[in-house]
Amino acid sequence: MEMDRREFLKLVGASALVGMLGGWEAVELLAPGEAEARYLTKPEALEAERWAMVIDTKKMDGETARGCIAACHHAHNVPDIDDPKREIKWIWLEDFEHAFTGQPQDYIADRVEGTPFLVLCNHCNNPPCVRVCPTKATWKRIDGIVMMDQHRCIGCRFCMAACPYGSRSFNWMDPRPFIEKGYPEYPTREKGVVEKCNFCAERLAKGLVPACVETSKGALIFDDLADSQSAVRKALRQHYTLRRKPYLGTNPQVYYVV
Amino acid sequence: MADEPQRVINALKETGFFKPRKIYDGSKVIIGIIVLLGAVGFSFFYDLGKAAKAPEPEINTPTIQGLPKAERVCVEPKAYMRENHMKLLNQWRDQVVRQGKRQYVGFTKKKYTMSLQNTCMECHSNYDNFCNRCHTYSGITPYCWTCHVNKPKEWAAGRLQE
Repeated sequence: MEMDRREFLKLVGASALVGMLGGWEAVELLAPGEAEARYLTKPEALEAERWAMVIDTKKMDGETARGCIAACHHAHNVPDIDDPKREIKWIWLEDFEHAFTGQPQDYIADRVEGTPFLVLCNHCNNPPCVRVCPTKATWKRIDGIVMMDQHRCIGCRFCMAACPYGSRSFNWMDPRPFIEKGYPEYPTREKGVVEKCNFCAERLAKGLVPACVETSKGALIFDDLADSQSAVRKALRQHYTLRRKPYLGTNPQVYYVV
Repeated sequence: MADEPQRVINALKETGFFKPRKIYDGSKVIIGIIVLLGAVGFSFFYDLGKAAKAPEPEINTPTIQGLPKAERVCVEPKAYMRENHMKLLNQWRDQVVRQGKRQYVGFTKKKYTMSLQNTCMECHSNYDNFCNRCHTYSGITPYCWTCHVNKPKEWAAGRLQE
């Protein structure tokens, strides 16, 4: 087949035109479309680059701490099971010796010895539970919260073995009969899934601080660790703080003013 | 070759295949067969001509009745919801849990909080006469309700269980 220069140019031009149209189609196809525009974050939602918590144990007494536990467990329909082997806990009390293993003191300050420490999921920067989860039912959100997706949890309990803080509980039975007063805003769990503190992700999405923080009378500080002017960073500048088992390399993000 | 069938018939005739034969205990056997057919076919004959009625999910709840007529719509058109509510709920789940997005823009541009337990069940507060009618009819037991509470208001008041 012979082709003169003129014909060749026509063909090239036409091909280029078709190619450009195809390219435009691709742009249209890949652009964020209607589906994405229909899912929104609420305008009042609290957002941060890295959520973290400071627990000021000097301001915390037993009654306040128990109030925090009750508020959290009510807000998340955590069942009250009176059996240490089957109990579910998101936030609970521990003494210094057990909360801060690896940092032993032969002669400890009187105040610290008697103080019950509130412990919860540390929302680690390097969460071992996330590494071991075979179904990605637990993962670290972009804002640092270590989340659980109960829909995906298969109850293998690898995460419980991996967590050095005992922050996770397994539902050995249907939790509903053990919930005294239901909280309709939040679902329950079912038999066979693992659960833990979620830093009140559902409350943050509504513009509310976590339930324990709200009840703590200022003893719990919750803010953006990445913001140097945040309340958490201010507290960390003012006080020397401890973290639980930092030597394990999990980089926990709950800090204790002792 | 053409008369092959005829030859087979003739051969059978010779063996006495077409001769009437006696059934031993014939009356008992025939009664037995009739009883058996009756027992097996009972469920078919019993419902013969009576088509199972299509379920009618009920939408007369106080919340829906309280809405002005023009606003009595779901987040998507009725036909879409009827066919695809389960897919929509899965998308809601992924958006809420995974993406942290909790607001849905409905087809009327109205904004809804994506929550089965609170948004869906707010209007459709009649689980037994809404969800369950079709699910029972089609033999489906969705496992939404092992965690999500189907009657959140009753539950908060201390009354439950399914």
